[in-house]
Amino acid sequence: MFHKEKSIQIKNSASALYNNLSVLRIAPRKLTYFTVVHANVVNMVSASWDGLNYSHRQLQSKEPNVATSTSLIMQASFCVLPSRDLLVVTSQKGIQMYESDGSIMVYWHALDTPETPTAQAVFARGISAVWDNYICVGVSSGSILVFDIPTKGSNITLSEVLEEHKASITDMASECSGSQECIADMVSADDGGNLCVWKAGEEFHLLNKISGFDMTCSCVKLWKGTVAAGYGTGQIRLYEAVTGILHVEINAHARWINSLDIAPFSGLLLSAAEDSLVRVWHMSLTPETNSVEVTHLHNECVTDTQICGARFCDDDGYAFAVTGYDLSEIIRYTQT
Amino acid sequence: MSTRTLPLLFINLGGEMLYILDQRLRAQNIPADKAKKVMNDIISTMFNKKFLEELFKPQELYSKKALRTVFDRLAHASIMRLNQASMDKLYDLMTMAFKYQVLLCTRPKDILLVSFNHMDAIKDFVKDSPSILSQVDETFRQLIEIYTPLSSGEFQLIRQTLLIFFQDMHIRVSIFLKDKVQNSNGRFVLPTSGPVPYGTQIPGLIRIFSCTGEEVNRLQFTNGGNYTSALREGSFEIFGDRVTKLGTNMYSVCRPVETLMSGTSKNSAQHPKVSTTPNPLAKEELNLLARLMGGLEVHKAGKGGSAFRVNLFNTDEEEEEALLSRPDELCYGIISIQATKDQQANAELTKIMGEFSESGDQSPSVSSKGDDLLAMMDGL
Repeated sequence: MFHKEKSIQIKNSASALYNNLSVLRIAPRKLTYFTVVHANVVNMVSASWDGLNYSHRQLQSKEPNVATSTSLIMQASFCVLPSRDLLVVTSQKGIQMYESDGSIMVYWHALDTPETPTAQAVFARGISAVWDNYICVGVSSGSILVFDIPTKGSNITLSEVLEEHKASITDMASECSGSQECIADMVSADDGGNLCVWKAGEEFHLLNKISGFDMTCSCVKLWKGTVAAGYGTGQIRLYEAVTGILHVEINAHARWINSLDIAPFSGLLLSAAEDSLVRVWHMSLTPETNSVEVTHLHNECVTDTQICGARFCDDDGYAFAVTGYDLSEIIRYTQT
Repeated sequence: MSTRTLPLLFINLGGEMLYILDQRLRAQNIPADKAKKVMNDIISTMFNKKFLEELFKPQELYSKKALRTVFDRLAHASIMRLNQASMDKLYDLMTMAFKYQVLLCTRPKDILLVSFNHMDAIKDFVKDSPSILSQVDETFRQLIEIYTPLSSGEFQLIRQTLLIFFQDMHIRVSIFLKDKVQNSNGRFVLPTSGPVPYGTQIPGLIRIFSCTGEEVNRLQFTNGGNYTSALREGSFEIFGDRVTKLGTNMYSVCRPVETLMSGTSKNSAQHPKVSTTPNPLAKEELNLLARLMGGLEVHKAGKGGSAFRVNLFNTDEEEEEALLSRPDELCYGIISIQATKDQQANAELTKIMGEFSESGDQSPSVSSKGDDLLAMMDGL
């Protein structure tokens, strides 16, 4: 169903983090951007669709105007809004937002870091573009920062802080910006496995909380009102976002799941874990009967590698890319 | 990232070091009383109360350089001497062994069981010395108190922090290659078979539920591996069966401890460039070193003929050859600090601090940190 393509070499190896790959498809310029985090550096590659041109860039995590003070990066993710695309980088010190090509930093938000380190680590993790004009970022305390993004320029402001989670945020996801009507706009997940479902707006509104039974949910996606959640136990669960009804439970992987992605036009689901396996599934929703079905389509094994990132490269799921711990390449697969 | 990683890193690396030294002491037929003294001295220093107080404070992980310096000092805490090449090899083996254990743990919380395996073995080394044993027991209790309440997500953060520390290290270890747990390119074999972790189901089942919570359909899929059910959970108590073998002693007198240096750096661009200018140690790192030195007794070489050298290689020639042929990118660039107390230690550290403030670009306000540290040293 899928076959391996030529890999893209990157300057450093990928670090063992959740969701350690972000992809942005720039159709007008026939380019795709990839970002992979290595310790305190974001490796960006711009790949032309004809496979002939690759250009690399590295972004460091540090406060602007400070010579030193680097901190480890937890996540880098492209945020697609109707008016603009931004690259958001979260670290131990704060949140940086760049133009999507990584050329200019447009915003810096510092986290409250204590003078002497505390037992509870401080970092930001979990990034999602929400609705037309918000970017939400999670924090280790469980807070979610909601940033209001203007259509252009750097006048980004902190609009709201959502305090619902008690454990560190792991991942966040959204659907429905602009035209579509959705009940649930965003879902957030934490270390305790708890999921919160939100409605976006000037004030975000909590629609539902889904309990996690103390097993960390490391990745989460939202599609057609369904939450797809990947857990440290290797399970994937599909819930109806607003009601919390469990539709599907999959014993998907033999190790911790580090990445989930959905191709919205085709309903393909991609899961990747520390067991070296990437799996492709198909989800189908029947609104009349309020039922969800899942079938397993394909496995890819990346030998001797703990996978830390997997993303579809397009909305149909025609191609996907994978990163692994200690691996200095982005492995790509396309449909046969 | 996680501020609770350092104690686990230190104890596990220390444990591996003790396994290797124990094996070499026996392979070289060092008299039993001398060997025992070395093991006891090192363990006693490792579990020195003041040192552990510093270690257990919530903090970021130390740099590779700082940690290597700590273990250099620790290895020389007794009458045993190691040449540079042997110390390099010892450290390579320690780090690759723990990297292997961290990667192969089926779930992040098992890293604690690996640590307990090391602790159990350390207790066995000093079982005839009640005072040292009680130091170790006290630390064991502290580990249990701090780590057992942590969530799986927090353990995963600790694991991710450790993996950043071990990133890009692919030194080939002979015993791993022989056992086929490491490939010839230095990467570890990650099997897609064997027991799943405790708390995980064997992959292969899709369950579909109705809105009322009843299971309406079951589908199977091929998981691409050969998995078996999880084993029972290991014990997190002070005594108990840890179940996992990771962290137990894999060396014995008959299994030599070699590392292979040639061909390790397949693509030298992948290895982090080692800076030749002295890297400023953070205040915390210097603090730890100071505490460690404060806790050391002075062991002068040749004192009553009790000092002796241990070789991690089979012959002296091999050892010398290893030192000369070590690839540049694998040199640790240790800061050498003499093992003498008070005045000399103060002077040595002052000198190092002085070197750092001159190197300009890397050090953030070193001078104020230096003052604090020297004040602290005076109090030792």
